[in-house]
Amino acid sequence: MARAIFALLLKELLAVLKDKKSRFVLIGPPLIQLFIFGYAATFDLGRIPIAVYDADRSVPSRDLVARFAGSPSFRLVAALKSARRIPELIDSRQAAAALLIDPRFSRDLLQGRRGPIELTVDGRNSNTALLTLGYANEVIADFERDWGKSRGDPPPAAEIVPRAWYNPNLISRLFFVPGLVATLTQVVVLLVVGLSVARERETGTFDQLLVTPLGQLDILIGKGLPGLLIGGFEASLIIIAAVGWFDVPLRGGLFPLYLGLVLFALAVTGIGLMISSLAATQQQALLGAFLFMVPSITLSGFATPIANMPPTVQYLTLLNPLRYFLVVVRGVFLEGAGLGALWQQYWPMALIGLLTLSAAGWLFRRRIY
Amino acid sequence: MRQRADDGPALLFEGVSRSFRTGGRVIRALDTVSASVERGALTGLLGPDGAGKTTLLRLAAGLLKPDRGRISVLGIDAVKEPARVQEQISYMPQNFGLYEDLSVRENLDLYADLKGLATAERQARFGELLNMTGLGSFTGRLAGRLSGGMKQKLGLACALLRTPALLFLDEPTVGVDPLSRRELWQLIDHLTGAQGVSVLFSTAYLDEAERCDAVLLLHEGRLLASGDPKSFAARMDGRSFLASGAGETRRRAVEKLSRLAGVIDARLEGGHIRLVTREKRAPPLPPELAGTELFRTQPRFEDSFVALLRAASPEGGPTPAFSAGAPRAAARGAEEIVVRHVSRLFGSFRAVDAVSFSVRRGEIFGLLGANGAGKTTMFRMLCGLIPANSGELRVAGYDLRRAAADARAQIGYMAQKFSLYGDLSVRENLRFFASAYRLFGARRRERMAWALESFDLAPLAETAAKDLSLGHKRRLQLASALMHEPQILFLDEPTSGVDPLARRAFWRQIGALAEEGVTILVTTHFMEEAEYCDRVVIMAEGRILAEGTPATLKARVESPENPEPTMEEAFVGLLEAAAREARAA
Amino acid sequence: MRREALRRLLGLLRKEFLQIGRDSSALAIAFLLPSILLLLFGYGVSLDAKAVPIALVAEHPDPIAASFMGKFAHSPYFRPQRFLTLESAQKAFAAGRVEGIVLLRSDFGRKVFRGGARIGVIVNGVDANTARLVEGYVQNVAANWLEARARSEGLPSPSLIRADVRVWFNPALASRNYLVPGLMAINMTLTGALLTALVVAREWERGTMEALMATPVRMREILFTKLFPYYVLGMGGMAVSWAMAVWLFGVPFKGSLFVLFATTSLFLLATLVMGLLISSIARNQFLAAQIAIVVTFLPAFILSGFIFDLGSMPAAIRLITYLFAARYFVAILQTIFLAGDIWSVILPNAAALLAMSVLLLAAARFLARKRLD
Repeated sequence: MARAIFALLLKELLAVLKDKKSRFVLIGPPLIQLFIFGYAATFDLGRIPIAVYDADRSVPSRDLVARFAGSPSFRLVAALKSARRIPELIDSRQAAAALLIDPRFSRDLLQGRRGPIELTVDGRNSNTALLTLGYANEVIADFERDWGKSRGDPPPAAEIVPRAWYNPNLISRLFFVPGLVATLTQVVVLLVVGLSVARERETGTFDQLLVTPLGQLDILIGKGLPGLLIGGFEASLIIIAAVGWFDVPLRGGLFPLYLGLVLFALAVTGIGLMISSLAATQQQALLGAFLFMVPSITLSGFATPIANMPPTVQYLTLLNPLRYFLVVVRGVFLEGAGLGALWQQYWPMALIGLLTLSAAGWLFRRRIY
Repeated sequence: MRQRADDGPALLFEGVSRSFRTGGRVIRALDTVSASVERGALTGLLGPDGAGKTTLLRLAAGLLKPDRGRISVLGIDAVKEPARVQEQISYMPQNFGLYEDLSVRENLDLYADLKGLATAERQARFGELLNMTGLGSFTGRLAGRLSGGMKQKLGLACALLRTPALLFLDEPTVGVDPLSRRELWQLIDHLTGAQGVSVLFSTAYLDEAERCDAVLLLHEGRLLASGDPKSFAARMDGRSFLASGAGETRRRAVEKLSRLAGVIDARLEGGHIRLVTREKRAPPLPPELAGTELFRTQPRFEDSFVALLRAASPEGGPTPAFSAGAPRAAARGAEEIVVRHVSRLFGSFRAVDAVSFSVRRGEIFGLLGANGAGKTTMFRMLCGLIPANSGELRVAGYDLRRAAADARAQIGYMAQKFSLYGDLSVRENLRFFASAYRLFGARRRERMAWALESFDLAPLAETAAKDLSLGHKRRLQLASALMHEPQILFLDEPTSGVDPLARRAFWRQIGALAEEGVTILVTTHFMEEAEYCDRVVIMAEGRILAEGTPATLKARVESPENPEPTMEEAFVGLLEAAAREARAA
Repeated sequence: MRREALRRLLGLLRKEFLQIGRDSSALAIAFLLPSILLLLFGYGVSLDAKAVPIALVAEHPDPIAASFMGKFAHSPYFRPQRFLTLESAQKAFAAGRVEGIVLLRSDFGRKVFRGGARIGVIVNGVDANTARLVEGYVQNVAANWLEARARSEGLPSPSLIRADVRVWFNPALASRNYLVPGLMAINMTLTGALLTALVVAREWERGTMEALMATPVRMREILFTKLFPYYVLGMGGMAVSWAMAVWLFGVPFKGSLFVLFATTSLFLLATLVMGLLISSIARNQFLAAQIAIVVTFLPAFILSGFIFDLGSMPAAIRLITYLFAARYFVAILQTIFLAGDIWSVILPNAAALLAMSVLLLAAARFLARKRLD
């Protein structure tokens, strides 16, 4: 029987790889996504356009402006002669922030009072706004420290010494690229497995398959394995690209990574087979895959943290195999996590896999007629 | 007769060529074709698959541009002014061009709008067309829910909303049962006769060619011959013979006669065997066919068609009969398929209603019926694809309820639709189906070699299945179904859409299998093919209407006016009689 | 002649609407999928880190350390947990139970009086965005503590600058307020490009296009009757999205409905024509859907400024974003909703959309000759 399943597997792989269209689907979009996400998906802000109106025109105020202009985070787009143009610049998005230095700034500063400034931030993108404020605070803090020192002030009572583990320079790419190993594998497995039965149903080959002595279990295994193999292959490609091209450190071992990958691919295969056995046409299968994929990626912690979601939604994510595998991938890549630290991710994926595969088997039997 | 000499031809092709590029290869679909279609005439477009019939029709309808040559439709240049052509003609593509999610009425409305039929005329025209096609009581039904014959009539009705000067029909009768076909021809005759419409249609049915005023015969993109079908037949004078009285089974006699030197075609026709020879003399009969009597007969269009095609492709001689494998030891005559009081419902619709029959080993058993009679449902039940709601089904001694998997190992199934993996090559398809039937190692190699050789597929072994011609696809399907030497073979319309030459080769292979003891259950819309069956049942509305040998069924419609009815006449006669009875009751 | 063209147009339009009404998957793509996306993003997705679990470790728990740590308990951004040793805190950190560690060394209390005490902060850099936000929150807590302490001791303020911060348009900095309007652009690409590409490809697949072309109908009539019904559908989807955004999620809507309507029309036109173009290249549904997702849906998600800031992308990628209509529409949507009818944003972006529609339309007209080849 194993040999018949092997023949089925071989046929599935050939059918997927020989068709120009499906080859394109398997290789094109994932690679495009890898590069777009690898480069474009970043929360790191650089070159924030800032407009400045220095009403004080003193040595300290010029120093402050120079610090903003010299920071890699900011880009001076306008040195204004009055405050009038600030709303216009922010409205039209030419500037994301505006710094207004009060005419009393140097006087107050030299007299030991706090020098007043005004910082206006475009809040249309709240995340960008928050980060802009953070960067501005850093520039201001630097200014204060240096001015205090040059005046001979005592050092501040306390100061923060921040340290970021695993990603000391806080580069978003190190967060997103390993995540892509998980999401793109899911997309590929779902497309391979989810559409395969529907395609055979449409072309009529499914009947031909059913009249052979192959049992339903054989067919199920033969349909599921290619997804596992192609998904594994695709994931390996992305892992290589992540390490070789995007310079993401791989600190952990390959075994914990691939154990997670296999369990994850099994769980997604089960879901793909469920979609496949419910769909009568490829269009339905595509719609089904889409309806699963979009929530599963948004509610996985891929781009936005699960911890920020409302509690009920957080419970919902427990059903999502992607959430566990994302922890595994990022854990192994960046934190060097081993089996011990990750078993809490492994068993839910195994459980989901078991459930979805059995459900797929049950649906498969019911939908054959 | 119907031609008006004062006008130019309805359609004129002058040196038209057109090629297509697929996967790096250039295919010449039409190669310097010059042809004309006369006004008011019914012209048939014939030729094997891939001869370029559809391309010719699309060019004529202004849907394609030729690479070279001139096309004139009703005096209009179709290359320069396709829009003006499209205002004058109607075109029905192969799958009828209907919107399956719209109702009959909505389809008619749409095409009436597109063709600019005035609202005032609409009511009358719809009524006329619906009446003519018998679709009057189905106006609210979605086109996708109509039977094949009804779809085809609706397609025709849409094409006729505004009586066109020239009508193109691409294989209008493919996959349609004889009854519906007959009704369609009545409609078309009415058009050409009373309304003077010129019609050009492509077809794989050679008997349809005989009703044409003129015929265009295409082969590999070239025009092989054209003219009045009677002139075709006349060229064959003295080369057609009927043989009768052979002591053997008729199928075996066909096989032997077709191998005689000088014979280019042998086929069953009524109670006789029709022979076509290369020369104008009767072939010398070998001693083992001593009892056979040969006498000359009137040549038919089909005879000349076969002769022309055989001459055009010299390698296309009669395919060798072949051995399907080891001869079977078991006794002939055992009941291999038993169907007792089987019913199948879809919702409240009885697709199959208390059907009983049985098929013995080595028999070719035909399942005939109009579209929607329940044949396919019956087939799917026998293959274990759907369960019966009640009754008993035994295949190869196994009860399908209990041992479906064991039964499946004994059967070969060839679906109506091409159902192999298009992206896989011929060899990969064969290997896969061999493995699926648990053949491995030397045994698998041996069977694959057998299939490639016996079905003449060896030169195409590395070709992707989707790129094969329809005839080759059918062969590959049959080869795949035979890899495991099944005892029972299910063939669901195996020759639908296949050209006449490929059909002949196909039936000879089927005959050889039956000789070796394979039990064969087959459905077909070609009634002359039913002659090859040992026994036949005719189904209608899920029930069995008649059962018997082809001869006994024909005998039932014999009358003084028609002493020798064809199988098609028997089929139509029996169905009509049943309909009359139903009305009376 | 004129009458006949009008009749053909009406006939095709009626057919298209009938088909939409009968095809549940078309309605699903137009209404169900957008609603699901809106619900997901409106309720599920948030970039606002709140109640971050954080470990507090004071090696020498004295009153000064306690007063500092007490500040965390009052912050809505943190859910602090006390740990006695750095080791145990690190264990919790490694296991992912806390997102960061705040460490006060044993000399903290002493050094605060002398100046120069150090507050160790460790964040998990894996999620760089959250890490940066957490760092910022800790900064704020520390600054507030120092300020309060200086005031209570009668000392001068530790900071030299009094920054008066104003956040315009979204003072609460709720990420929902910018995610939901941007999402509407994505929803429009679903109906505009994906659905249109699918329905046209379906006509090719089923052979009805062939039948259609053999009638006197003109190609421009076919194009128009494919655009108009899906424009109506897309507008319907937009209305549903707008209603959900404003009434369900309480996103402020400062602009005018007319401007929203006009700019949505422009964007829909561009995406619809894109869908037509895709289907005239890929004449089967599967391929059409794939291309539609790659060239419209994904760029709308990633390259439009919907989530990721366009200004921060590498220059090459930033140039690519100009090719996709979504970037212009997202800018318009975020402005109309949160800032109002600001012409300096709306006009240039709308002009870009218009130019894009015209170009695409010309390309579609050129590609869609009334031929099968």
